[in-house]
Amino acid sequence: MNNASPFHNISPSDDLVTVTFDGIEYILPDGANLAASLLEAGLRYFRNTPVSGAPRGPFCMMGACYDCLVEIDGETRQACMTEVTSGLKIERAHRDKGLEND
Amino acid sequence: MEADYAIIGGSIVGLSIAWGLLKRGRRVLVLDGDDGSFRASRGNFGLVWVQGKGLKQPAYARWTQKSAAAWADFSAELGESTGYNLALQQAGGYDFYFDEESLEQRVAEFETLKKELGGDYPFEVLRHNELKREEPNIGPRVAGAILHHQDGHLNPLRLLKSLADDVRRMGGTVKCGVPVKRISKRDLFEIEAEDGTIYAAPKFVLSAGLGAMDLGPQLGFSAPIRPQRGQVLITEKLPKMMNRPSGIIRQVDEGSVQIGDSKEEVGLDDRVTLETASAIAARAVAVYPDLAKAKLVRSWGALRIMSPDGFPIYQESSTTPGAFLVTCHSGITLAAAHARYLPAWLDGSDQAPNLEVFSEQRFAIS
Ligand SMILES: Cc1cc2nc3c(=O)[nH]c(=O)nc-3n(C[C@H](O)[C@H](O)[C@H](O)COP(=O)(O)OP(=O)(O)OC[C@H]3O[C@@H](n4cnc5c(N)ncnc54)[C@H](O)[C@@H]3O)c2cc1C
Ligand code: FES
Repeated sequence: MNNASPFHNISPSDDLVTVTFDGIEYILPDGANLAASLLEAGLRYFRNTPVSGAPRGPFCMMGACYDCLVEIDGETRQACMTEVTSGLKIERAHRDKGLEND
Repeated sequence: MEADYAIIGGSIVGLSIAWGLLKRGRRVLVLDGDDGSFRASRGNFGLVWVQGKGLKQPAYARWTQKSAAAWADFSAELGESTGYNLALQQAGGYDFYFDEESLEQRVAEFETLKKELGGDYPFEVLRHNELKREEPNIGPRVAGAILHHQDGHLNPLRLLKSLADDVRRMGGTVKCGVPVKRISKRDLFEIEAEDGTIYAAPKFVLSAGLGAMDLGPQLGFSAPIRPQRGQVLITEKLPKMMNRPSGIIRQVDEGSVQIGDSKEEVGLDDRVTLETASAIAARAVAVYPDLAKAKLVRSWGALRIMSPDGFPIYQESSTTPGAFLVTCHSGITLAAAHARYLPAWLDGSDQAPNLEVFSEQRFAIS
């Protein structure tokens, strides 16, 4: 994990929950914005594009660009439009495409 | 500016014709309307489609096939001169059936047309299991499909952009945001835009889509066209999940799945409705069940330009020669024919295709 994240939570909370991203556990603030929390935790690359496999991460943070997609319960969802809840199992969307291209 | 032809309406139909006229050495001036216009060319499904066209009019089936056959070369030429990849794929397309009976009925109609076309109508029937080999993601409710080998699809917005670029590159003038309100004939045709500017040319083509309903009658055309709405849904970009397009669903080269094909007689109303959107989405999910989990990212409505029998209208005015009306529903499919073959007809060349069956006379009450 990148500890030198340029993103800082400006209203830290003690109410923390555990989620997993590609099987790795992250402790994030309950109810916070998922994209913002994962960025603060040091993640940069949330998904691969489904055609070329290029890596992508959040860009607009307001639901317009669809670059922050992650997979939750088999559905792709916009991380910036999702709240952190306890036990979320998040996968890198179209991860297989990325591996094919590695 | 001097032009041999003024072209009123600068979307797919007008630009295809302008492009072809420029290739014949003609000078063209294209006048296009404003952004309030209804523009099928910006809301369509991108199919280059042969199957089912002209079942009761073999001449239309043949004209469509002639265009489909000209597409590969046309798209390569456009791509080369403008740098756009139109993503043209002509590896066949499907018409899906949920019950055997309607499939059989359609096959019988296709057999009749095939005979009339002298056998040039390459289609095959795929039952569920055969279809499943071609399209592993097909759902259990699909009874079968007709695979027609002359069908295909492309990216229609790149087509529009590359045509507009190439017309300008070849020296054509394209003016946008100049709706024409009046056309009259003195020595030349005088074409008056809404801002009062008058453009003159010895010949003109009215290719203004639904705009021809108002402008056509000024030149003695009856222009019996009406709008018909189609709604379209676009999913998030997905890994490749289908190999060929169909009339109701296709996956574009960039990954999105486009779902469509409602046919609504609602006048000049291009809004979307929840009822139709959910109906076309449900049908798409029945064909490809994996789509149930896909996210929709956009939807829109667009208006088709329909003649009473659904075929194109190619008509020179009988009251004012030199004035032509060109309008059609399948302007993407026919773009290659419009670019390659229609200009000879406008020029009155003896190389011109015989387009008599597509004149307005066919609607005259006798
Ligand atoms: C939902 C839908 C799906 C479709 N799918 C397919 C498909 O898969 N394959 C296919 O081949 N076809 C398809 N079509 C049909 C195809 O899109 C149309 O045949 C084609 O776009 C018509 O082009 P056009 O240039 O005639 O008209 P339009 O695209 O409607 O453009 C008309 C132009 O004329 C201009 N204009 C209007 N009035 C004036 C005026 N007074 N002065 C100057 N300019 C004016 C407007 O500004 C506009 O740019 C579809 C259509 C719809 C609606
Ligand atoms: S970051 Fe743009 S939609 Fe989420």
